[in-house]
Amino acid sequence: MYKPENCKYTKTHEWAFAEGGVAVAGITDFAQHEISDIVFVELPKIGAKTEQNKRCAVIESVKAASDFNAPVSGEVAAANDALAANPALANQSPHGDGWFCKIKMSNPGELDNLMDYAAYQEFIKQPAQH
Amino acid sequence: MPELLTRTELNPCKAEPQKLSIEKSAAGRRGLRLPASGRPAGEHLPAEQLRKTAPKLPELSEFDVVRHYTNLSRLNFSLDTHFYPLGSCTMKYNPKINEELCALPGFAAAHPAAPDSAAQGTLEAMHNLEKLLCEICGLSAFTLQPSAGAHGEWCGILLARAYHAKRGDAARTEIVVADSSHGTNPASAALGGFNVITVKSGPDGRVDVAELKKHIGPRTALVMLTIPGTVGLFETEICKISAAAHAVGALLYMDGANFNALIGLAKPGDFGVDIMHLNMHKTFSTPHGGGGPGAGAVGVTKALEPFLPAPRVALENGVYRTKSDYPDSIGRLRAFFGNTGVLLRAYCWLRQHSPETLRLVAENAILNANYAMAGLKDLFPAQYGGWCMHECVLSTDPATTGGVRTLDVAKRLLDYGFHAPTVYFPLIVHEALMIEPTETESRESIDLFVAAMRAIHAEALENPELLKKAPHTRPVKRLDEVGAARQPDIRW
Amino acid sequence: MYTPHTDKDREEMLKAIGVSSFEELLRQIPQELRKSKFNLPPALTEPELAAHAAELAAKNSRLLNFAGGGAYEHYIPAAVRALVSRGEFVTAYTPYQAEASQGTLQAIYEYQSTVCALFEMDASNASLYDGATALAEAVNAALRITGKTKVVLPQALNPQYKRTLQTYFAPNRAVSFAEVSCKTGVLDAAALETAAQDAACVVLANPNYFGCLEDADEVSRIAKAAGALLVAVVNPASLGAVRAPGSYNADIAVAEGQPLGLALGYGGPYLGMFACKKEHLRHIPGRICGITKDLDGKRAFVLTLQAREQHIRREKAASNICSNEALCALTATVYCALLGPAGMRELAELNLEAAHSAADKIAALKGFKIKFGKPYFNEFVVECPGDAAQLRDALLQDGILAGIPLGDMDSSLKNCLLVCATETKTPACLDALAAALRKHANA
Repeated sequence: MYKPENCKYTKTHEWAFAEGGVAVAGITDFAQHEISDIVFVELPKIGAKTEQNKRCAVIESVKAASDFNAPVSGEVAAANDALAANPALANQSPHGDGWFCKIKMSNPGELDNLMDYAAYQEFIKQPAQH
Repeated sequence: MPELLTRTELNPCKAEPQKLSIEKSAAGRRGLRLPASGRPAGEHLPAEQLRKTAPKLPELSEFDVVRHYTNLSRLNFSLDTHFYPLGSCTMKYNPKINEELCALPGFAAAHPAAPDSAAQGTLEAMHNLEKLLCEICGLSAFTLQPSAGAHGEWCGILLARAYHAKRGDAARTEIVVADSSHGTNPASAALGGFNVITVKSGPDGRVDVAELKKHIGPRTALVMLTIPGTVGLFETEICKISAAAHAVGALLYMDGANFNALIGLAKPGDFGVDIMHLNMHKTFSTPHGGGGPGAGAVGVTKALEPFLPAPRVALENGVYRTKSDYPDSIGRLRAFFGNTGVLLRAYCWLRQHSPETLRLVAENAILNANYAMAGLKDLFPAQYGGWCMHECVLSTDPATTGGVRTLDVAKRLLDYGFHAPTVYFPLIVHEALMIEPTETESRESIDLFVAAMRAIHAEALENPELLKKAPHTRPVKRLDEVGAARQPDIRW
Repeated sequence: MYTPHTDKDREEMLKAIGVSSFEELLRQIPQELRKSKFNLPPALTEPELAAHAAELAAKNSRLLNFAGGGAYEHYIPAAVRALVSRGEFVTAYTPYQAEASQGTLQAIYEYQSTVCALFEMDASNASLYDGATALAEAVNAALRITGKTKVVLPQALNPQYKRTLQTYFAPNRAVSFAEVSCKTGVLDAAALETAAQDAACVVLANPNYFGCLEDADEVSRIAKAAGALLVAVVNPASLGAVRAPGSYNADIAVAEGQPLGLALGYGGPYLGMFACKKEHLRHIPGRICGITKDLDGKRAFVLTLQAREQHIRREKAASNICSNEALCALTATVYCALLGPAGMRELAELNLEAAHSAADKIAALKGFKIKFGKPYFNEFVVECPGDAAQLRDALLQDGILAGIPLGDMDSSLKNCLLVCATETKTPACLDALAAALRKHANA
């Protein structure tokens, strides 16, 4: 589990859990509710470059396709094969087994651009997010 | 309501799901027999060219096959059996005579590589069809090559690209579409190598001219609009829109998917449309065939004509010729002439119409849509005020219907023996129900549909669970689409 | 014409709507745009239309046909026509409401299964427009899958397919085509080896436009060694006897499905068949039907994997295709069910027999020879004693379409005629062709 309280958040509902220069990334519980049943995720390849707030993966439900934006810039160090095989993990455990990828950060300072847990909780209460 | 649900056409004798053809297979059983050659393939081909294992196809008698597919057909709703008010799809009656005529051996047996002299009848029909379409649309030339609406859009996009390139204007890299557009518009634009710019619709569901002007300029190649729009409204300011597009050097493309509202009433050429496509399988009565084939003729103004795909049909000294020597042509869009069989049906339909009866097509399409709207809008609110064109966009408000959504209404309609309207499109309307009766439906069938919708609304208030689990009377109940997508099983 | 309303209906409907005249409903169309005059020929009643159409149809020559080149005359069983003209199939729309469209959906599933079985591939879509556009979609998928930009084409690819590819990829300047010579009738392996370097895909036409069957294993080996995908274009009527693309490790296989029960009809509607390996599932263009369960756990069919498609993904979709060729796909499915595995084998054998017999008869004529000594299915190139187009035209007088002259494709093939003989050609038909060729070649 990457405890939600210890994560940082994008405005597009991705979380990042940073530890030792590597950020684990996934989607928030709010996002998985909005998307509803996830049927497919296209994960980035190991070694792919990411850029903060730019698409690095795709999430499909039955009726929609959504972009997954990288919460930080860097290089993909790992992708969650278990999620690729069973996309429902992102619904069942968005902060645990449903993580998307691990990114070796090129600029850890970017984490400051993200919201903390409290700010994100406020953010999703705004009506525009619904 | 009980009367509505006991109509005899609902369940003449209940159709049941069928096994797959392969599950009915019996080893060694034969259907069609061909005259025996007696010589195995190995006498003509070396061993390394030969197939090792037979394909896994069903082994059935001819009667097995006939019964299997006849029974499958009975699981379908279709125009011939049911009211089918699918918005933007123009499900009008498909005249039987057209099916018969396009199958005449003279047409059906014509090889596409036959020299022009051997295909004069088909070429004459195609040439006549082009001329009729030009007259109806007020445009200068048509190509009949595109296989469907999306193929036509993409053709139009290539035409715009070729037109700007010929003028040496390489800066036009953008195509502007409305947020209410069909998904094929942005998809075709992207395929044509353009960046897609989306303009938000105004509060009345139409393109806001001031907003549009903010998005167009020297980078705009094409403005793509569906007219009437997908919310069933005419772009009243169309002349200002075309003037604004032309003022910045852009072209105006009309997606003619909804042309049924305008046929015989108004000519797109008069609005300043430069390029448009028509769906033969919508306005021109050719059948949809469960998803195709269609045909998507594309019309253009004089200035765009040199860029049309080749070959084109020309009449020279009383002889029809396919000509390919057009140096500025965008080229070929498919292997052969076009979906000729579909085009022949459309030609037959057009030849049965006079200016007066064409106008009646549009008028009655508009009348029927407004009549359906008038019968429903107190329960299913119309998103935009005023009268509609050939289709109306209503909505379900789950807050007032016990949490019942448009999807539930749609599924319950199937129990009442009506195909559902188009749902959740256009994307800009919440819980959209897009209803297009078309001109060929009688007042009685619309009355029944309205009565069913009203009965469903009453059911929503009394017993929302009934709707959320609908349909109850079809061969299958509501389906698990998530399971289908997570564990794809797409072949035997 | 087909509008049912009486004057009384219209009047009462307008009243129910709450307007006093129809004109009120039209106000959103500016008055000045509604003044157009329409100059149309007099409307025809149904009997008049039937006569007009019959007259036009009679202006097409009925010929003894030996032209192939991507469209083939085959016998169409009566049961095929009867089943695919049922109104429940013909007048249904795309199966968006699955519970009311199980017939169409199951037929699509059976079609996909039939394609996979014939091709020995893993996954098929619900159909594309025709063989040429199916190849364009296959090449597009290969470009996206590999991220490379070079496409290798055989010289002996159907020239219409080549032109279609050129049109499709004209907007993308990065894409380049390399053409490999087929001077001997089949791909030049050494030239292919060079061309395949850095390619996204190698297109293998098998049989190719000259009718020749390629050394598919060798072409596949060269493509794979270069890291390119193998895209096969095949003739489905051959696959009862000829090797399927899966057996030579094709990544994507496409075909013109017209031979499977569809009329020639001057070029359409036809059927674009598209299949691929399962790892490329998400790159398949267009609709796909899958099996699922209903609320009671009963097996059912539904459109699936839709997030690839234009109505959801808009400008990021795998393809812009919406309407496809569903009824043509149904036709092919019914055709293959009627023939079954044994019928498909016999069909292929009969075509081989007819074509080889025709070739023997033509080769025996003075001045004619079979151009390439390679294995072929149901068509082959004949080198004539003179201009092939002139000869073709001369035979029209005898009611024979002798084939397709190849001079337009390549001026060095000016004397060459592409001749096709399917199972529809009896020994008497072949004799008539040979006699006419002899007569006009000597004239």
